[in-house]
Amino acid sequence: MKKVQFKSNYSQYFFLAPQLLILLIFLYWPIIQTFKDAFTMQDAFGFGSQFAGFDNFLFIFSDPSYFTAFKFTIIYSFVITVITGSIGLLLAVQANKVMHGKSAYKTLLIWPYAIAPAVVGVMANYFFSERYGLLHHLFNNLWGFNWYENVFDAYIYVIIAGSWKQISANFIFFLAGLQAIQKTVIEASIIDCKSNIRRFWTITFPLLMPTTFFLIIINITYAFFDTFGIIDTTTIGAPGSETKTLVYKAYIDGFKGLDLGSAGAQSIMMMIIVLVITIFQFRYIEGKIHYN
Amino acid sequence: MTKYISSTINHFILSIGLLIMVVPIWIIFASSTHSSLFINTNGLQFFLGDNFIDNYSRVLFKQSGFFNEITALKMFLNSFVMATGIATLSVITSLMAAYGLVYFKVKYATFIFWLIFITLLVPLELRIMPSYIVMSKLNLVNTFAGLILPISASAIATFFFRQFYKSIPDELLEAAKLDGTNSWSFFIDFLIPLSKTMIAAVFIFMFVFGYNQYLWPLIMTTSEQYWTVVMGLKTMYGSISDRFAFVIMSMIPPVIIIIFLQKLFIQGIFQNK
Repeated sequence: MKKVQFKSNYSQYFFLAPQLLILLIFLYWPIIQTFKDAFTMQDAFGFGSQFAGFDNFLFIFSDPSYFTAFKFTIIYSFVITVITGSIGLLLAVQANKVMHGKSAYKTLLIWPYAIAPAVVGVMANYFFSERYGLLHHLFNNLWGFNWYENVFDAYIYVIIAGSWKQISANFIFFLAGLQAIQKTVIEASIIDCKSNIRRFWTITFPLLMPTTFFLIIINITYAFFDTFGIIDTTTIGAPGSETKTLVYKAYIDGFKGLDLGSAGAQSIMMMIIVLVITIFQFRYIEGKIHYN
Repeated sequence: MTKYISSTINHFILSIGLLIMVVPIWIIFASSTHSSLFINTNGLQFFLGDNFIDNYSRVLFKQSGFFNEITALKMFLNSFVMATGIATLSVITSLMAAYGLVYFKVKYATFIFWLIFITLLVPLELRIMPSYIVMSKLNLVNTFAGLILPISASAIATFFFRQFYKSIPDELLEAAKLDGTNSWSFFIDFLIPLSKTMIAAVFIFMFVFGYNQYLWPLIMTTSEQYWTVVMGLKTMYGSISDRFAFVIMSMIPPVIIIIFLQKLFIQGIFQNK
């Protein structure tokens, strides 16, 4: 908040009103509905409903397919974060060093960031199709690739499809982070430390910490929510439901299965997960890193 | 000498990166210029064919969809209206809300602050089913308002603008106050011109975000008249080369925006840091 402010009785509400109105109608109303659904049990034909307490939550906890989705989402976000983060960092460091063709590299590497996850999924679909798919043929020759029967192969499919575009996002932010490091710091460190690699890990990388943690959060949110379009255009959860993310499962149960209670409870569980990640970020990570 | 070697290694690694990021799109593009018959017998292609104009014009103007009621051109129009609507609405409302939060003494300021920013924890995907029910109660299914409003209900842009306003020195307002500027003209004459880069960056971000929406249009549009490009991809029927051509066309608008405005975009996002 500013130290100097306008003192007015009404005009601040004029400025706040449009956003608050949209949030109340299109965000808070559905959220309240979600909570209502989560604590209600509806009969199969949608004629009546009654207060169910925590039954919907108990139901999802006793449902093995919920844990499958939970496990997959954790693995998926971890693998995507590691793969895209390390490739993005590697490329950003190289792009920051080269003298020639910097902007050409930058443009071509940033480009896929703009492509919708669903479009990436449709593309991946072609590369993994039995009929045309180059990657399908390649992996099939290597070890007998078959994603609609083998869970591991399905993981590979959705991980490649999910990571590809996210490399760009990591590249953009790491490059911007590298460019923000002051030249004098780097020059001073060159005098003290001759080894390129050691200098990177002891000087540059610690200075990139804020960017790294920002990207971890971005990547996790991406793997949780934005990959919906990828799953829905590639495996649709196949082989069984091993490649369903939590968001995808909630959608299938709510929209296709019309089980509003379960979908509501699943949504609330995800809100809790997001909340925990956010608190963790603010408490433990923001406090421990040094901003330059 | 060592300098040469290390720069060669840099270029080598970057080239591998380029291959990973560019080759998949190139293969789909090259394949989209062949006839379906050729693709079906020979698989994906590395080299261009000579059906470019045939394929692309057929896809753009042919009636497609489940009931054959929509052309790709109309889908592009729909996507454009939706993305522009989302970007415009969220820039205007967020710019105003951030101003209200930063530059005014507000009663229950903390409460309003949390009311706005706690929503960052609840993306649309988490409230998809109840949102649909709310929209059908409001009779907004199969309308542009229905496509635009729930996606604009986001505090991301407000967050960016708030950070930006906070970085503006207090002296600006002090000086303006001495001149007798009221809150409305301070907003219009001082803050908006100062925020130009930021506004452009947020607009681009929200436009691409809106254009790339998949799940929400899928649920909100039962009438083919409102289909958008990204959701139309999955539902579009056609020969294989038609589908390749449509995939390539679907990525053109956001990719062009990001390529040409990348500087502005990155500058805007990093202005707050």
